[in-house]
Amino acid sequence: MTMQTETAKPTRDSADARPMWQVVLVRPEVMTFALLVGAFIIASNLSPFFSDAQFILESSTYYVEYSIIALVLTLVIISGEIDLSPAAMMALSACVFAALYQAGLPIGLAMIASLATGVLMGLFNGILVVVFKLPSIIVTIGTLTLYRGLAQVLAGDRSIGKFPQWFNGIDYRLILDVPVPVIVFVIISVALAAILGTTVIGRQIYQVGTSEIASIHAGIRVRRIKLGLFVAMGVASSIGGLLTASRLASVRYDMATGGELQMVLMVMLGGTYIFGGRGSILGTFLASWLLVIIATGMTVANIAITAQLIVMGALLIISIIATNAIYARTQR
Amino acid sequence: MSLITKFLSTLLHRREAGIAVMIVLLALVVGAIQPRFLTLETLRIIALAIPLILIAAMGQMMVLVARHVDLSIGSILAFSSIIAGIMFRDLPDVPIIISIVAAIACGGALGFANGVIVTLFRLPSIIVTLGTLSLYRGLVFLVSGARQVDPQYIPRSLIEMSQTSPIFGIPWIVILAFVIALLTYFFLDHVRLGRQIYALGSNPVAAPLRGIKVVPLTILVFTMSGALAGLTGIIYASRFGYVNPGITGVGFEFTVIAAVVIGGVSINGGVGTVLGTVLGVILLGMVNVALPLLGVSAFWQDVIYGAVIVIALLIDKSVRDRSARALAAARSAA
Repeated sequence: MTMQTETAKPTRDSADARPMWQVVLVRPEVMTFALLVGAFIIASNLSPFFSDAQFILESSTYYVEYSIIALVLTLVIISGEIDLSPAAMMALSACVFAALYQAGLPIGLAMIASLATGVLMGLFNGILVVVFKLPSIIVTIGTLTLYRGLAQVLAGDRSIGKFPQWFNGIDYRLILDVPVPVIVFVIISVALAAILGTTVIGRQIYQVGTSEIASIHAGIRVRRIKLGLFVAMGVASSIGGLLTASRLASVRYDMATGGELQMVLMVMLGGTYIFGGRGSILGTFLASWLLVIIATGMTVANIAITAQLIVMGALLIISIIATNAIYARTQR
Repeated sequence: MSLITKFLSTLLHRREAGIAVMIVLLALVVGAIQPRFLTLETLRIIALAIPLILIAAMGQMMVLVARHVDLSIGSILAFSSIIAGIMFRDLPDVPIIISIVAAIACGGALGFANGVIVTLFRLPSIIVTLGTLSLYRGLVFLVSGARQVDPQYIPRSLIEMSQTSPIFGIPWIVILAFVIALLTYFFLDHVRLGRQIYALGSNPVAAPLRGIKVVPLTILVFTMSGALAGLTGIIYASRFGYVNPGITGVGFEFTVIAAVVIGGVSINGGVGTVLGTVLGVILLGMVNVALPLLGVSAFWQDVIYGAVIVIALLIDKSVRDRSARALAAARSAA
């Protein structure tokens, strides 16, 4: 054994290994968690409502649609791409659902059609990025305008509603005192965390984001993985669109306008590296709750919705700077 | 090959030629269906639709050439516009020109902030400006108290800028837009700093090695984009006669990016001309005016913008692939 350690010893001086506490503590998820605790303490001081778990769960139903999509977006960003079109995909798939239902289609079929629309939109994004090799960041700006425009053509300037009673108000259905959308969010979080952390595909997503060329040489089916992730974005957006339609009991083409900012914000606050290769579902999960508390806290504290725009924008920039700084410190 | 055919072939191989052909075709097709399209009145409407997009497009084009993107221009436009509007309303004694200059300076300052954040922390500009898009819009609500500046406060002389004309019935704002385009052309083609933007965008690694000061140059580009968006805000107040914090400039960035990429500016940096961008803006302006004349619902506008961005990206990609192949072939032949 001593022989082996002798030979394994590097010939040149290497940096000391980082102490264990640093490895465990200096990571973006810890920052997110600390912020979450801090935001919770401040919010509880602002209003006694916050010590009530039920209140937080109820407030979270306003944001949980974005949170679900942000989970999938985390995988997309880890793989080195980005998708800015999910809010528009939510609107278009919800408009397809509502328009078909209004045209007399059974509601179940309309929901399936909505999910199929999600698949198609995701596939279109994916093909433009993977087959035509266009940069996802700008392509999805094009498709975001396109999808939002199609939603407008489909739904016009009116809101479509009059869904059956059982469809509306999913945010009020409780299972064990937890609203159904939140349960969906938790289940998807656990599933995606398991896929990312334990399966081969999950590890390959990290590798693709770390070095695409190296992954191609390692025989990873990069194009297939990326295409799959974009399709998953479409499906998640469609689910988010249907949940929003149920919560609002109506659909308009401007549903979730500007939602892409909040989704990207959740992923960035959760410590996913904007240039790909690093990040975790846990981070995005924590960041989603952080955003719920910040947004609800500001509303409870009577801070105008307009000032919240400033806070969200500033948070986005600060969170990328902080995450980049942490990764720069811990790199190699 | 005679000199004339040679001249024609170089002309046809320019990206701008394709856009010019599309403009002529569009005019002929729409004119054939709806003769009203080919009248002076329509020409005037198209001309009035152009300045708003054109001035901001000059800034966005420089940003794209430098291999960045600025998503916050719609909010910067609104901020400058609301600052000017509030100054007109609350400080009526201040000369109009001072309010205008202050508003443009505000736009420049917001653009400067974009540039500083992008360069200081080395962040992707698209995410930074997505953040400032929201942040600046929040500032617009904050300074205005979420109140609209009503038409009676916008000075008559400013509104007349888009109604009266010094020459040939061409409104002042149209002339202003083309003067800005000419200045941008001069800056990008004949000034060292302007050429350096192309160098920076075509190869960000090589640029500093050739002595280009990347950080100040990038900040300058974002500042100019912000200032031009600010000027667009003034034109907006002149054209529409009011400023609303929740409406003014929302989604404007997508229109401008669509116009610029139609004009052949590459999102990969280093490629793009003022002439191409001007033609792209004209094409987009024509489409906007043609839609209602053809009886197409205005709802289709965003679909067309989106499709146009995607198609322009695909064309740009195929052009780049082709020139890369031609280069490789030329090298192996030599």
